[in-house]
Amino acid sequence: MDVLNVDYMLGLVPVLLRYLPLTLQLAGTGMVLALILACLFAVIRVLRIPVLNQLTIVFISFFRGTPLLVQLFLFYYGLPQLVSALTVIDGVTATIMGLTMHFSAYMAESIRAAIVGVDRSQTEAALSIGMTNGQMMRRIVLPQATRVALPTLMNYFIDMIKATSLAFTLGVTELMGATQKEASGSFLYFEAFIVAAIMYWVVVELLSKLQNHLEIRLNKAYSR
Amino acid sequence: MIKLDSLSKHFGSTVVLDGIDLTIDKGEIVVIIGPSGTGKSTLLRCINFLEQPTAGTMTVGDLTVDVKKANRAEILSMRRRTAFVFQNYALFANKTALQNIAERLLVVDKWPKEEAYRRAREILDQIGLGEKADAYPASMSGGQQQRVGIGRAMAAGAEVILFDEPTSSLDPEWVEEVLGLMKQLASERQTMMVVTHEMSFARDVADRVIFIDGGRIVEQGPPSEIFYNPQDPRTKDFLKKILATNPV
Ligand SMILES: Nc1ncnc2c1ncn2[C@@H]1O[C@H](COP(=O)(O)OP(=O)(O)OP(=O)(O)O)[C@@H](O)[C@H]1O
Ligand SMILES: [Mg+2]
Repeated sequence: MDVLNVDYMLGLVPVLLRYLPLTLQLAGTGMVLALILACLFAVIRVLRIPVLNQLTIVFISFFRGTPLLVQLFLFYYGLPQLVSALTVIDGVTATIMGLTMHFSAYMAESIRAAIVGVDRSQTEAALSIGMTNGQMMRRIVLPQATRVALPTLMNYFIDMIKATSLAFTLGVTELMGATQKEASGSFLYFEAFIVAAIMYWVVVELLSKLQNHLEIRLNKAYSR
Repeated sequence: MIKLDSLSKHFGSTVVLDGIDLTIDKGEIVVIIGPSGTGKSTLLRCINFLEQPTAGTMTVGDLTVDVKKANRAEILSMRRRTAFVFQNYALFANKTALQNIAERLLVVDKWPKEEAYRRAREILDQIGLGEKADAYPASMSGGQQQRVGIGRAMAAGAEVILFDEPTSSLDPEWVEEVLGLMKQLASERQTMMVVTHEMSFARDVADRVIFIDGGRIVEQGPPSEIFYNPQDPRTKDFLKKILATNPV
């Protein structure tokens, strides 16, 4: 067993850093789309909009009940076979689709819980001054629910960043894919993957810091 | 003007309001009293359409609706003509004092931002909380919160402000400042319907006191008559009890 090849590791850092933006792009795009979808699902569930509510329940159940990797393969290999127009679907698109749907299913449930948790007095006050349901949701309920849901949503974002590593199975060369290639060239697997691990770790830590700041800011209104 | 014609409200098989007929003139101050669970809150909530009444017709200003057939637009319109002050204040927790008051003007009445905030600031000064403009509800005392609650109702420019036990949740030290603000509104002849156990407020401020029991108006009249010469045994009984705990 050789000692750790530190020079190799240091040299690998700038190489792998070039693939970090793609990783962040996958997670960032996935998160924004998942949030939009999740809010939509949550509102549908809370207002129990007929038909859409049932469809949403099935959607959420499916995407929570099956492995992300299976979903990614379904989108990448399965969909084009089913719908020929989708043969152009590339790994990046399939990954973003998979991440979006998978995480929106989880996030919808925590957003829904946060919405339902907003005190009834808040919604009554909104209605009493003549707001429509939509105005009440946008101006009063969702902002308050956001504060409650934020820690959970940030945790999902962190999960999603790590889950982007599955994209390499669809041939996407993001951080994980690049590491895999480098490692199989040099046979220095431990060194390569520890560098990749540290990169994920640092990103997640930075995000946790951001989370703390956001929480303090959002909580300011609610503390004496 | 507010006019209720055989307004009733059922929750399932329980009849909470049993055919209320009531006309309130513009500028009139009406205090509603009655035992617990007799439908006082429900009456106010029905007028603000926080509950949909089961039957009857309701007129507020120039709008009359058959409550059973009221559509969304009519319900919104009714809500916008009436303002509600809640027992637990119910200020928007994510908004400052100023924003709480401006919200209605901005969102419902679609005033330009500048105008809405100018008016909200005016009201804030009127309720004596000018320096609390940027304070969030969580950092205000109960009395201050309820004054903002009243300010929010004032911003509506509503035909009537409905007060549901506005001082019942307050620590005793804050009751006077809230009652004081209500008296100020009353002196400006803002039409008000007030459910309260503050009998001295009723005696000093009300034009008319209405005693409700079992979802019906049992007796009504000027405070001098209701308090000093009640006719119905239920009114007498109630007053005896309430005056023992809330002396005038
Ligand atoms: N949403 C509801 N569902 C079922 N019953 C209700 C509902 N709201 C009120 N009630 C019932 O209606 C009756 C009248 O309630 P309401 O709150 O109007 O009384 P109140 O006169 O305001 O009493 P209090 O002095 O205790 O505030 C009560 O028996 C109550 O249990
Ligand atoms: Mg009540």
